[in-house]
Amino acid sequence: MINEQQTAPVNRRTSFADYLAPQARSLKPSGIRRFFDLVSGRKDVITLGVGEPDFVTPWHVRDACVASLENGKTQYTSNAGMPELREAIGSYLNDRFKVTYNPADEILVTVGGSEAIDLALRSLIAPGDEILIPEPCYISYSPITTLSGGVAVGIETFAEDAFKLRAEQLKAAITPRAKVLILCYPSNPTGGVMSYDDWLPIAKLVEEHDLIVISDEIYAELSYGQKHVSFAAMPGMRDRTILVSGFSKAFAMTGWRMGYACGHPEIISAMLRIHQYTVMCAPIMGQVAALEALTNGMEEMERMIESYNQRRRLVVKGFREIGLECHEPQGAFYAFPSVKSTGLSSEEFAERLLTEGNVAAVPGNVFGLGGEGHLRCSYATSVAQLNEAIERIGKFVERVRNEG
Amino acid sequence: MSDLKMKILDLLKEDARRDAELIATMLDVQVDVVKREIAEMENDHLIVKYAAVVNWSKVHDETVTALIEVQITPERGRGFEGIAERIYLYPEVKSVYLMSGAYDLLVEVEGKTLKEVASFVSNKLSPIDLVLSTKTFFILKKYKQDGIIFDESVGDQRLMISP
Repeated sequence: MINEQQTAPVNRRTSFADYLAPQARSLKPSGIRRFFDLVSGRKDVITLGVGEPDFVTPWHVRDACVASLENGKTQYTSNAGMPELREAIGSYLNDRFKVTYNPADEILVTVGGSEAIDLALRSLIAPGDEILIPEPCYISYSPITTLSGGVAVGIETFAEDAFKLRAEQLKAAITPRAKVLILCYPSNPTGGVMSYDDWLPIAKLVEEHDLIVISDEIYAELSYGQKHVSFAAMPGMRDRTILVSGFSKAFAMTGWRMGYACGHPEIISAMLRIHQYTVMCAPIMGQVAALEALTNGMEEMERMIESYNQRRRLVVKGFREIGLECHEPQGAFYAFPSVKSTGLSSEEFAERLLTEGNVAAVPGNVFGLGGEGHLRCSYATSVAQLNEAIERIGKFVERVRNEG
Repeated sequence: MSDLKMKILDLLKEDARRDAELIATMLDVQVDVVKREIAEMENDHLIVKYAAVVNWSKVHDETVTALIEVQITPERGRGFEGIAERIYLYPEVKSVYLMSGAYDLLVEVEGKTLKEVASFVSNKLSPIDLVLSTKTFFILKKYKQDGIIFDESVGDQRLMISP
């Protein structure tokens, strides 16, 4: 006797996109990606669109990694990262920024600052929580927030304020559902920084509204004129802050993907749990290199920073001379001039500059609120290229003005 | 040496054609100050010359360069100065260094052919009275000179646009 089992009819999907989870489907490619496609394949383009140092990782760092490979250092490390490296990160942060963390349970080595941000958001966000994000800002905060089930709330900042976050603007964005504030100063893309006095009213609001802060300080060392003030170093803010940083910018180590997060043990241990299930540990090769960078790399780092600073002065003066308004960026390696005076939108300007002027730069609108009307120009490129780029932009701007 | 002078030298060492105005912008100081500092360094022979770095092997690849270790007897009262001068005045000699260690002078000599360099050593350098011995090493390839790497195969390897 045949036992015919009753099964529900299979609901066949008509395309592979139907397999995708809604949150993956709604994730849009970044505006930068689109622009990348426009640029690639073109010849004789000078690019100011690169978000990484133009230095190669110092040789002693690369050499330390090679030597460790020769010695067979190819294993997993402890989940949180090699103890020596965590120790070194702890004393580095204490020396440079006056923030103290216990390497045993308050420091986590991650795969780039990017992983640290992802871990922090995943650890903190419950569905519907609001995440406050001052903009223009680095392109990944808002998509990762959405991916984790949070609601990204942009806070516009302005060129007149040198793109600083002001208490009025923060306050206006806070609702009872607000939980996390993401900070990134010195800022990619604006070069804006926050001083001790700038931070004070922000810290007060954070305290008042019981917020927790993810402070992405990857550009901390690239501060010109005044020393970087870590948000975690503000009175009462240490335990409310997850400090995220890494080796990419200051030590010219972007491709190594070496970052870290520091904060309260409860939060770091939650992040560590996600980290151990998803990536186990950051690659040992990168950790060895990072340790060498912290141990013997400070002098080289200072030299690179001095060189960015020299080029920063050059481009800011250059943009002003060709009639583009440009606030003085005091950190990172970006200038964020305004192109509003040309009557073109960011995208129009960037696309036409590329096709007519052979210079690539990233249109400001891709960085969120307040970015429209601006252009992100990285000055991490040679002086000769910068001079040539400014000349080309100058000619292009003049042509556009004559059209009107 | 002032910090400013040092920074100016660093910028000129990278590119001697940078003018005072560009340097002033990059260092955030007045143009006149930069001009004055450069003039001072030129007068004091801190800046000796603004010369191009040439990859001569591309101009004529037969050029032969040799490094010669020279042992000499120093002169009473003058040490190595007199004999060093006698050697460096030859136009074939590109550089002369006084060294610590097993020999005294390191002399760089350039010639059109191997024979020419050999004849310089045997007919001009060795016969000098106070020269005790010479050891000649021919240079096969120059990879780096004065901090400048000659190989140009590795350019900017970054993506054109990145976040």
